Amino acid sequence: MIPATFDYARPQSTDEAVRVLAEAGPEAKVLAGGQSLLPILRLRLSFPELLVDLGAVDALRGIRQDGAQLVIGAMTTHHEVVHDPLVRAHAGLLARAAATVADPAVRHRGTLGGSLAHADPAGDLPAVCLALDATMVVLGPQGFRTVPAAEFFVDYLQTALRPDELLTEIRIPAMDGWGFHYEKFQRVAQAWAVVGVAAAVRPAQDGRGIAEARIGLVNMGARPMRAHLTETALTGADGSEEAIGRAATLAAEGTHPPTDLSGSAEYREHLARVLTQRAVLAAAGTA
Amino acid sequence: MAQNPMRDDPTPPPALARTSAARIAVNVDGVAHLDEVEPRLLLVHYLRDRLGRTGTPIGCDTGNCGACTVDLDGMSVKSCQVLAVQADGRRVTTIQGLAGPDGAWHPLQRAFHEQHALQCGYCTPGMIMAARDLLKDNPDPTPEEVRDALEGNLCRCTGYQNIVRAVLAAAAELRREGAPEPRGKAAGAPRASGQEAPA
Repeated sequence: MIPATFDYARPQSTDEAVRVLAEAGPEAKVLAGGQSLLPILRLRLSFPELLVDLGAVDALRGIRQDGAQLVIGAMTTHHEVVHDPLVRAHAGLLARAAATVADPAVRHRGTLGGSLAHADPAGDLPAVCLALDATMVVLGPQGFRTVPAAEFFVDYLQTALRPDELLTEIRIPAMDGWGFHYEKFQRVAQAWAVVGVAAAVRPAQDGRGIAEARIGLVNMGARPMRAHLTETALTGADGSEEAIGRAATLAAEGTHPPTDLSGSAEYREHLARVLTQRAVLAAAGTA
Repeated sequence: MAQNPMRDDPTPPPALARTSAARIAVNVDGVAHLDEVEPRLLLVHYLRDRLGRTGTPIGCDTGNCGACTVDLDGMSVKSCQVLAVQADGRRVTTIQGLAGPDGAWHPLQRAFHEQHALQCGYCTPGMIMAARDLLKDNPDPTPEEVRDALEGNLCRCTGYQNIVRAVLAAAAELRREGAPEPRGKAAGAPRASGQEAPA
């Protein structure tokens, strides 16, 4: 399968990339790692006139600490995220979930920014960044703006990014002392999640109870979402298996999961409850 | 996590203004190539159709099966998921670049042969390239780690058992080759074949 023809540009800076995007208009598409975009082009589900390849924009790569935040360049690959000591120390949930994305060869090319901007509801990392309360740093012709993860994911494959804007950085608050876990149910090893649950738990002072919990849901609707009712039920909960199990029964409330070849909506709601219980139990145990 | 010296940050390729035909410079298996390509040309088609390097097969054509795996600047990639223009200024190693200058097989190639790690052979180039990627970072993997590393490579013949055995045997041989001064002088000792098989 061969993609339809397109023009190609390879800017070397973010400013140049934004200029090229502005000149090209809405028919341009940004190429990050290409692990989602190239299959789409080859299946001819999309016909961009121009691909703007960010592969030469060195400034978009790398991970650094800025006060209490971790700053990850949009073109940082999953492989780099998984093995980065700063991510492992301060955003372990992200490292853990990124290690489950597809397979090693895809993780060598696929990028954090690419997977967030693509916003596939079955993608692992949008829901994780939502649970981590990440902030997206976006560059457009008028300069930089920031978008909280809660406002970034708009609909199926749609984000708050405008056609002339570029996701440049992902800022993640350091969550030292939190426990975390990522539970993913998939049909075969490298497949997309049928449902995934990302859980982060801040233990109470007594070391047994739960002070605060964040739950991100993968593939439970057109966009990633939080299990807010479960989060509320876990706030101040005693951390017992019963309490966590009760809170997890609320995990599918307000979701609109798809029905497809991998399972019905009802099956996904069941998975969300079961995986949430497992994820929170594991997260509470690792805090 | 040990740093792999082959995985230094690659220098970015040069900027390109908007174009419908890109000039690329790619080193494939040690040979420099200069070509003009359509931006939509996939790396695997460039390797096979332009350069005649047909050792890298196209399997599923959807990024799932891993048959077309090659090494791009020290990292395994699925060459049906990379554009030829994205390889501009970079170094590609295919299955055809693994043998020594005298044609001697790479230990992984030898181990796949000796352990009967293939039947139809279609997945073999990708399996070997993915296994080679694993062994660069992890010279002494467990059977489980081998399976994890090969999760993106599908084999419909072998049931994977002999593939895992072959990777473990090759790892053992590479460790011996790489050992600075093997204790007790191992020269002439028989090459490991089945000993490393998983229990």
